Amino acid sequence: MEYAVSILLSGISLGGQFALIAIGYTMVYGILRLINFAHGDVFMVAGLMGIYLSASLPFYISLPLVIVVTVLLGFVIERVAYAPLRSAPRMSVMISAIGVSYLLQNVATYVTGGQPMTYPELPLLYDTVKVAGTPTKWAVLLTPVLVVILVLALTTLINRTKIGMAMRAVSKDFEISRLMGIKINSVISVTFIIGSALAAIGSMLFFTNYQGIYPTVGAMPGLKAFVAAVFGGIGSIPGAVIGALIIGIAETIIKGLPSAWDVSVFSDAFTFALLIVVLVFKPTGLFGEKATDKV
Amino acid sequence: MKKSIAWILALVLVLGLTACGGGGSSSSAAGSSDNVVRIGVFEPSTGDSASGGKKETLGMQYANQETSTVNIGGTEYKVELVIVDNGSSTDKAPSAAAELVSKDVSIVLGSYGSGVSIAGGPKFEEAGIPAVGVTCTNPQVTAGNDYYFRICFLDPFQGTVLANFAADKFSATTAYCLGENGNEYDQGLIAFFKQAFEAKGGKVITDSYPTNNNDFTSYLNKAKSEGADVIFTPVSIAYATQILTQASSLGITAPFLGSDTLDDNMVLDAVKGTDIQLFVSTFYQEGGNSAFDEGIKNYINTNDAAKSANGGNDTISAVTAMGYDAYYVALEAMKKAGSVDKADLMAALPGVSYKGVSGDIAFDSTGDAIRDTAFIKTADTASGAWTLETVQKGA
Repeated sequence: MEYAVSILLSGISLGGQFALIAIGYTMVYGILRLINFAHGDVFMVAGLMGIYLSASLPFYISLPLVIVVTVLLGFVIERVAYAPLRSAPRMSVMISAIGVSYLLQNVATYVTGGQPMTYPELPLLYDTVKVAGTPTKWAVLLTPVLVVILVLALTTLINRTKIGMAMRAVSKDFEISRLMGIKINSVISVTFIIGSALAAIGSMLFFTNYQGIYPTVGAMPGLKAFVAAVFGGIGSIPGAVIGALIIGIAETIIKGLPSAWDVSVFSDAFTFALLIVVLVFKPTGLFGEKATDKV
Repeated sequence: MKKSIAWILALVLVLGLTACGGGGSSSSAAGSSDNVVRIGVFEPSTGDSASGGKKETLGMQYANQETSTVNIGGTEYKVELVIVDNGSSTDKAPSAAAELVSKDVSIVLGSYGSGVSIAGGPKFEEAGIPAVGVTCTNPQVTAGNDYYFRICFLDPFQGTVLANFAADKFSATTAYCLGENGNEYDQGLIAFFKQAFEAKGGKVITDSYPTNNNDFTSYLNKAKSEGADVIFTPVSIAYATQILTQASSLGITAPFLGSDTLDDNMVLDAVKGTDIQLFVSTFYQEGGNSAFDEGIKNYINTNDAAKSANGGNDTISAVTAMGYDAYYVALEAMKKAGSVDKADLMAALPGVSYKGVSGDIAFDSTGDAIRDTAFIKTADTASGAWTLETVQKGA
């Protein structure tokens, strides 16, 4: 029983952290039809910022600052690497995104000297709490709560506000929205800002649980979040969250199966097999409406 | 600036001399400062094993600073370290090895990590350059490669020592082993541990996690629920720190056993202030040679780059001591060969014996060091230091 609880807890929190990254993927895709491969690395940079800023500043300043810096990074990446390619073929933008991803990884290697870094122990989040006799961290419990709150806030923003309406319009038809007087550049910037802010929050939760940070640490969570976004139906926010939770829980369960069965090593394989199955049988994902474009 | 120009000129001169062929040695005797012998340092400075690779390199750099010249047959040669980064990854290792070959090194030291040594080995063999493994403990490094030697003990020995230690010290009957999938070092050690532990009548549960895995809580919870008395994790430093911090938050009480990779101050930092019991087997224990300890601490504390390579403090890693010894073994080989030519060094290496800070070093017929001692250290989690638990001789 204790074992089942602990597995489920890890799964929900892992899934919740994937969800925060997946929302960034899915929103950018919804608006730009771009798979932002640098998103996982923005997440990694947010983690590094957490280390460097917390080293000299108290947490109540450093953590908001991490979000601000990550948002700035996301904004600058869009302006420098994607905006000039607005009218170029979609493939060019994606190649640019891959380039940004490698740039961030290599800058991180240079800055950290290639040594793995350890994330600071954030107050409250790092503290241990017992759930049904299983010790775990507050971060694990807070993740799903935070995800639900953020998703509710985000759907309200998209459905109830002017900028949200503009975002929906741009995702329906890029050219017509521009003709209707929507400033698409600012709409796109807002999308990147929201995505980066969520990645920053995700990084705090993720790295509090799994403290090691190395330059390619964003790659795997990024890829899995991408799979989650596709699974849920790329472009759909609730889809991304549900997809991420399913992947997170399924992975932890596979890892936790009795070692005598010798299947725990297939946890990653499961995630990517899921991607293939979804693409073959339901290319629009769980909640996707229109046919996805080929990438 | 002037110094670097002088260096470049010296290099050009030496290259010119080698191009002249074997006859060059007599003419080069005129100016002793023109003679340079290059030692290749094949170590990871990025990736999972960066922390260990840098510490091992540190030992060589310190030795190089201490003894920067070698006298061979009356000629004074300046020893230059050529450092490349094999990225802790088996796909980058061959190109890093090729880079050393193209830089015309006479002998290669390293690498930290058996997987990269196995991957880079064939390049050295093709080029006819002898390589001396410093802390790569997997048998496959030297087996089947005549050009690879090593100065440390091997995994069959290490695995057995740890299995015996687990059975004797903790009366353990169930051991949970966790390693990285596809990593020769991890899986090799687990196999040897399993063999020895099962021979003692114990039960072994093995598990592997995929590369770049972050979440170890499921594995640790499984170890707990399956009733493991000890948990054996012979993994890279980056994974070890994560496993141990996650274990501490899960309140795992079973003692952890680690191999030589876990003897690292980053691992020590990870368990500091926790209730984790950690035991590791290693090559050298601080205090083994006070002259070396003092010298290297002084070197680390007076050199910022060295200090950051050592993780920001002056705790001496066993790999640093081994790197130091490896450098002197290379010099010893040159003296014995009476030459700096790679083929002469290759011929001389099997007969080299040297008394290093980590013990006596001599090679057997496969090129492995003849060693029968492993130190088992335990982490003092209150003070954040290693203390010597026991010295295990071969079983």
